[in-house]
Amino acid sequence: MATPAFPTSFVPGPLWGNGPTPGQVYNFPGAATAPDQWGTQRTLNPSVTTTSVLAVKYKDGVVMAADMLGSYGSLARYRNCPRLQKINDKTILGCSGDYADFQFLSNIINQRVVEEECLNDGFSYTPPGLHSWLTRVMYNRRSQFNPLWNTYLVGGIHQEKPFLGYVDKIGIAYEADTIATGFGAYLALPILRDAVEKNKKMEEKQAVELIDRCMKLLFYRDARSLNKYQVAVVTKKGSEIRGPIVSEANWEIAHMVKGYE
Amino acid sequence: MSSIGTGYDLSASHFSPDGRVFQVEYAQKAVENSGTAIGIRGKDGVVMGVEKLVTSKLYEQGANKRLFNIDRHIGGAVAGLLADARTLVERAKEESSNYRFSYGSPIPLKHLTDRVSGYVHAYTLHSAVRPFGTSMIVASYDADGPEMFLIEPSGVSWGYYGCAIGKAKQQAKTEIEKLKMKDMSMKDLVKEVAKIIYMVHDEVKDKSFELEMSWVGEATDGKHQLVPKDVHVAAEKYAKESLEESDDSDEEEL
Repeated sequence: MATPAFPTSFVPGPLWGNGPTPGQVYNFPGAATAPDQWGTQRTLNPSVTTTSVLAVKYKDGVVMAADMLGSYGSLARYRNCPRLQKINDKTILGCSGDYADFQFLSNIINQRVVEEECLNDGFSYTPPGLHSWLTRVMYNRRSQFNPLWNTYLVGGIHQEKPFLGYVDKIGIAYEADTIATGFGAYLALPILRDAVEKNKKMEEKQAVELIDRCMKLLFYRDARSLNKYQVAVVTKKGSEIRGPIVSEANWEIAHMVKGYE
Repeated sequence: MSSIGTGYDLSASHFSPDGRVFQVEYAQKAVENSGTAIGIRGKDGVVMGVEKLVTSKLYEQGANKRLFNIDRHIGGAVAGLLADARTLVERAKEESSNYRFSYGSPIPLKHLTDRVSGYVHAYTLHSAVRPFGTSMIVASYDADGPEMFLIEPSGVSWGYYGCAIGKAKQQAKTEIEKLKMKDMSMKDLVKEVAKIIYMVHDEVKDKSFELEMSWVGEATDGKHQLVPKDVHVAAEKYAKESLEESDDSDEEEL
């Protein structure tokens, strides 16, 4: 398998540094290079960030949505950041958090998918497979004290059933029927859960409408969000990414809100 | 080879007095012992075909494939030592992977060919290694149209409209030259490729073979893939029928 040099960051670092290597001839210290003296610096804060991803399982698939804003702190800096990725006909990936880290991992996943397709052996990445792999990558990076500052949602169809999984920057992972990351976990998740509980056999149309409603709600309430978003849908028939969709907001009553001046 | 035993053929890092590198020529011989592989570049894509000789009935069908996907948009057909070919394909995959990571776009075939042929060439320069006993046809399709290159054991590579390697390369080339491939679509080329492979197959010397065909072009949305089963079967049928016809007409002439 073609293994390029770049993903070495997944390989655990040396057990200890600046000391004798077990089983090797002792090297007298002093050969240390200049940068080692100053230690290394790691990312302590994300820079360009993205906000919530919402996802819900329904009767025959998964719907996922994420807006397209890239924030630089509180500045709404980029307005065209797609962060839903089609992996294959059965798998989609959504990401919130540091956009550069997402691009980094997205490139790696993309290349892996290409190499997988090239083998043409009838196998492809499955949603639980990708989810499990992501838990290893994320946990490994946090163990190096250099996490990828993201939360990932993996959606898809596996063995005829919908799959939805979550992985965050320290490697916490779970599966659930409804998941929302970031602010969505506070603002949208209760609504998603409520809707799914009341309607256990939700149709695609209803699921998409539900997600649309939550995206609009997030745009009203989350100051790091945008009313331009993408929706990904996976069913047995395949996966697709729709949008950008623009939700029309109504701020007519905004002037009546008092007390925050 | 007349100069066998003169001592100039023991290493790839030695010239003979008349300026040849025998190890490279032996590598080329290894390619010529292999089943034929051809590639034809048409107006909207490239089609490659391989006469995969089946040396034992005990093999599974489809074993030891000689057509490879190198990247989504690039395919390779090989002749020669299969194990060497697989190494070369791995290298090509790695090159195209590295290119994508550095530049964020699929590798142009010209770049890939230069990288891989440079790698092959390096194996003709040292006494510690032997050259690749493999020739590889690489083909791709992008916004600028179809392209095809042939990489030889010596490390040279050229762009082609039609090329053939392996046992019957001479006969295959003659057949390819009869085509007006620059005006032909890949769908038409599939039939011709099948026909040429069937035509050049030597039933007396090599008993059975499997026809492998792959294509990349407009009809496949720029992706390199094996020719779909229905197209494959239709092309194979066309090949057999047109060969029977020409046999019949030969007999009439007699």
